[in-house]
Amino acid sequence: MSEETHVLPLAKPKEGLSQTGTWRVRKPVIDHSKCVKCMMCWLHCPESTIDVIDTPEKFVEIDYEYCKGCGVCANVCPVKAISMVPEG
Amino acid sequence: MICVVIKPLTGNYAVAWAVKLGRVRVVSAYPITPQTTIVEKISEFVEKGEMDARIIRVESEHSALAAVYGAASGGVRAFTATSSHGLMYMSEMLWWVAGARVPLVMAIVTRTMGPPWNIWTDHSDFLSQRDTGWLMMFAEHNQEVLDSIIQLFKITEDPRVFLPGMVALDAFILSHTTEPVDIPGQSLVDSFLPERRQPYVFRAGEPITMGNIPSNLKEHMKMRWDIHKSLEAAKKVIAEVDQEWSKLTGRSYGGLIDCYRCSDAKYFIVGAGAWVGDMREATELLRSEGYEVGLIKMRYVRPFPSEELASVLRNAKGVVVFDRAVSPGSAGPMYLDVVTHLTEQNVRVPIKNVLAGLAGVDVTYEDIAGIVKSFINELESKGAISRYIEWYFG
Repeated sequence: MSEETHVLPLAKPKEGLSQTGTWRVRKPVIDHSKCVKCMMCWLHCPESTIDVIDTPEKFVEIDYEYCKGCGVCANVCPVKAISMVPEG
Repeated sequence: MICVVIKPLTGNYAVAWAVKLGRVRVVSAYPITPQTTIVEKISEFVEKGEMDARIIRVESEHSALAAVYGAASGGVRAFTATSSHGLMYMSEMLWWVAGARVPLVMAIVTRTMGPPWNIWTDHSDFLSQRDTGWLMMFAEHNQEVLDSIIQLFKITEDPRVFLPGMVALDAFILSHTTEPVDIPGQSLVDSFLPERRQPYVFRAGEPITMGNIPSNLKEHMKMRWDIHKSLEAAKKVIAEVDQEWSKLTGRSYGGLIDCYRCSDAKYFIVGAGAWVGDMREATELLRSEGYEVGLIKMRYVRPFPSEELASVLRNAKGVVVFDRAVSPGSAGPMYLDVVTHLTEQNVRVPIKNVLAGLAGVDVTYEDIAGIVKSFINELESKGAISRYIEWYFG
C-alpha cells in the first residue's frame, strides 16, 4: 500500500562499499617478527580494521581496504612492531 | 459491560498508569520539576513487579531520549518524559527520533522557560519543538492525559504514521493536581493496542545504518516531505483511534479538535491545554449574558487541524486565539498557525491573538470572558478591531 511506504534514511552496508582505505596518507606496516600478540592494536583500532588471524606467519592482519591510516595502532604497540609508511 | 475503576490521580500519575497499561518495556528520564513524579511512579511499578520494564538511568535529558530511541529502534515500546529546560537539552534528539521514523511516546509537563527560573506552566517549551516532526497534542484534564497517552501508542505505531508523539500536560495545574480518573482494565487496553509495529528494527546480524549522508540531496528533502505527508495522514488515524477508544470506554474527545457550544455560535474562543477548562466556564458566563460564543479546544497542534477548524469557523464573525507562549518579534505560535491555515482554507474572519498566562501568570475564567467580551463589543460597534495581537497581564 502506497500510504504505508515511507521514505526512510536507511542504508544496508555491504562489503566492498565505502572503501575508506583510499583516505590513507600513511600506511601501518607490521613487523611480525617483533609482535608479542598482546592485541593492543586490535583493541584500539577505531575502525576495527585489525583482525586476529593467528597463523604461524602472522598473529594479526590489517584490512587495508578500510584502514584510514590514523596511526593509533603504531602508537599503542608496546614493542614498536608497527611503522607508518608514507603512501606511494 | 464496561468495568469502571475510578481512582484519584495526579496528572503525572495518570501518565505513569498509561505507560504501565501500554506495556512499555523501556523507560529512561532525567529528573526535572514538575515531571519527576511520572518516572518515580513508573519506578515504583517496576520495583513492585507490577510492570515488566527496564529503567535506564542517564546523565541528561539528551541521553534519556537517546536511550529510549535506541530501545525503540530495537523493537520495543519505550517512553520518556521531561519539561522545560530538559526539553531544550533534549531537542537535538527529537529531530533524530522523528527523522528516523521511530514510533515513541513522550510526556511533556509544560513549564516556563528561564531565565529567570520559573517552575509554573506556560506552553513555550512544548510549542518551541513544533518543527521537529513529532505529533503534538494537549490534554485538558487528567483523564484525557491517561487516555491520550494510550491512544498515542496506537497512533504513532500506525503504518500510515510511523512517527513519535508527545502529550502536553500543564505543570501543577494537571501534573500535581488530583482528579478522579477512570483507569481502564489491562485486558481492555490489550484489546485496543496491537503488537508494536515500526518501519524497521535493528537486529544483531542484520546490519543496517540509519542516517548516512545521502548521495542525492533530493532524497533527504523527500524524507522531510514524507514526514509532512505522514502527519497529514495522521489526522485520519487520530479520528479513527478516538472513535475506537470511545467504543471501548465511552469517552470521545473529538479527535483533532473538540467543540463546545459551537453549533449556534458566532464568536469563538480557541485555546489548548488545562486552561480550556476555564474557557468552558468563560463560555458559560458569556452565554448567560447573551453573547453567542463557542469554544474550540485544540487537542492536536501537529498535525494542525486546518480542515476541522475551517469547517467550524467558515461562518464565524470573530475569533480570539489564546496563546500561552510567544514567538518574540512575531506572535503566539498557535495564532500563526490558525491564521495561516484559515487563509489556506479560504476562511476570512477577524482573528485576534491574546498572549496571556505566560510565566504561569494566573488567568481566571472571568479574565477570559472579559477579554472576549471587549473583542465582541469592539467588533460589533466599530466593525473592526484596533489591535490584532495583544498582551494581557491581568
